[in-house]
Amino acid sequence: MSDNLYALRELSVGEAAGTAIFGYCVVFVGLVLLMIVLYCTGAYFKSKDAKAEAAAKAALENTAKEVEANPLKVIPAEAPKAPGSAGHVKLHGVPDKEAAMIMAIVADQMQKPINELHFISIKEVK
Amino acid sequence: MNIVETLETLWEGSGFHSFLIEGGWKNLIMIFISCILLYLGIKKKFEPLLLVGIAFGCLLVNLSYFAAGDTSDALYHMDLWDNFLNSEHPDYHSYGAIMAHGGLLDILYIGVKAGVYPSLIFMGVGAMTDFGPLISNPKSLLLGAAAQMGVFLAFFGAVCLGFSGEQAASIGIIGGADGPTAIFLTTRLAPELLGPIAIAAYSYMALIPMIQPPLMRLLTTQKEREVKMEQNRTVSKTEKIIFPIIVAMFVILLLPSTAPLIGCLMLGNLWRECGVTERLSDTVQNALMNIVTVFLGISVGATTAADRFLSLETIKIVFLGLAAFCFSTVGGLLVGKIMYKLSGGKINPLIGSAGVSAVPMAARVSQMEGQKANPSNFLLMHAMGPNVAGVIGSAIAAGFLLAVFK
Repeated sequence: MSDNLYALRELSVGEAAGTAIFGYCVVFVGLVLLMIVLYCTGAYFKSKDAKAEAAAKAALENTAKEVEANPLKVIPAEAPKAPGSAGHVKLHGVPDKEAAMIMAIVADQMQKPINELHFISIKEVK
Repeated sequence: MNIVETLETLWEGSGFHSFLIEGGWKNLIMIFISCILLYLGIKKKFEPLLLVGIAFGCLLVNLSYFAAGDTSDALYHMDLWDNFLNSEHPDYHSYGAIMAHGGLLDILYIGVKAGVYPSLIFMGVGAMTDFGPLISNPKSLLLGAAAQMGVFLAFFGAVCLGFSGEQAASIGIIGGADGPTAIFLTTRLAPELLGPIAIAAYSYMALIPMIQPPLMRLLTTQKEREVKMEQNRTVSKTEKIIFPIIVAMFVILLLPSTAPLIGCLMLGNLWRECGVTERLSDTVQNALMNIVTVFLGISVGATTAADRFLSLETIKIVFLGLAAFCFSTVGGLLVGKIMYKLSGGKINPLIGSAGVSAVPMAARVSQMEGQKANPSNFLLMHAMGPNVAGVIGSAIAAGFLLAVFK
């Protein structure tokens, strides 16, 4: 292969060292810049999440204040949604643990991530 | 009919007769090597999906040379590809000539030469990869960058050993521990070295559980290996969808030569994450990936014809490839140690070695070593960050070398 057709550019040791160091720096710079971009987008999404959390907390506090001010008023309880949750499931005669198991089994059978499924209600059929 | 003459003609036309003619022993050695590679792939499970195909391609091409020489009956014709790359030949860059005169493996090899198979493999890798650990901890990118040290040290070493710049770049990229990237770069810069480089790259990737642990134990203390890392934040679906778009835009604008690899990697990932293209994501991850693996393995194996493969250069490539892997591991571990110090002992330096790409093998090795030091340690998800960062890092390294030498 030493007399091959394709050997094109013979580099001196100095040139090779320079290219290697420069190349390593380019990889570092490229990935550091990408890291900065990811930190920026991450910070944006974290602040968005924090705002949503704060809003949910404020809503809960408002409800608590309302209850304190008017203990006789009936306010429907609305717990904060779990991350990735699409809402609340209405359970009819089914304990929480069993409902969770049913949801897991359905997701497994359908081969879909559980957070992509929307369960409206689970009712025990006797 | 003269029976003796007919038998004589049959004997002379058979491949067995070639044992006795000049250079026949080289093909015999290659057939033996292909059997060893088949053994390693099947029995030892060394990257079997590709190594079995490469080994059988190697067997076929050397049997075919044995039996048919460089005639129209051969499966692969080196002279056609020499003409393809010779700017003074009328068939220079003529895929038509390959289609008209080539054998089965010549035609399959067009996909390698045109860079189609490595890019499609990257698409499948993208569709199978969860970049969540990297998005939740972008510092992982530093480890992915550090672990490209072996690429550039092996490049330097190859130049010192007398390889041209293009060949040295192709040898160096073995240190990226990324088979498709190595094949992609080599077909563009030094196609004559494709066989040994592909075999070295895939063999060392399979040997990662043997190559890395001694270096990991040598370069880290027991206390460092025992570090338990905090759980990463949860990454939202939107972030996962935006990530491939941002990376594609950013990296391709930075190094346009990375477009085929990064573009396909990120398109595959976008199909996975966007949630509306499940059929495409499934096809790319499974059917397409398997089809391309079949073509890639067998056609890369075809480049291992004895005349080109059996040389001192192949031995040098094998050693330089090993050095590249070792230095890449060391680079990742050293930056891991720096991060351990700077974070006040919160980062386990073992995750640095996962920066050598080779998804997910290198991350699994970090997990195993971490668990040996501290059985309650779970480093896998933390190591997946540098691991997938290594894929991007090696593509950038390849893009740089391509920009310099193409």
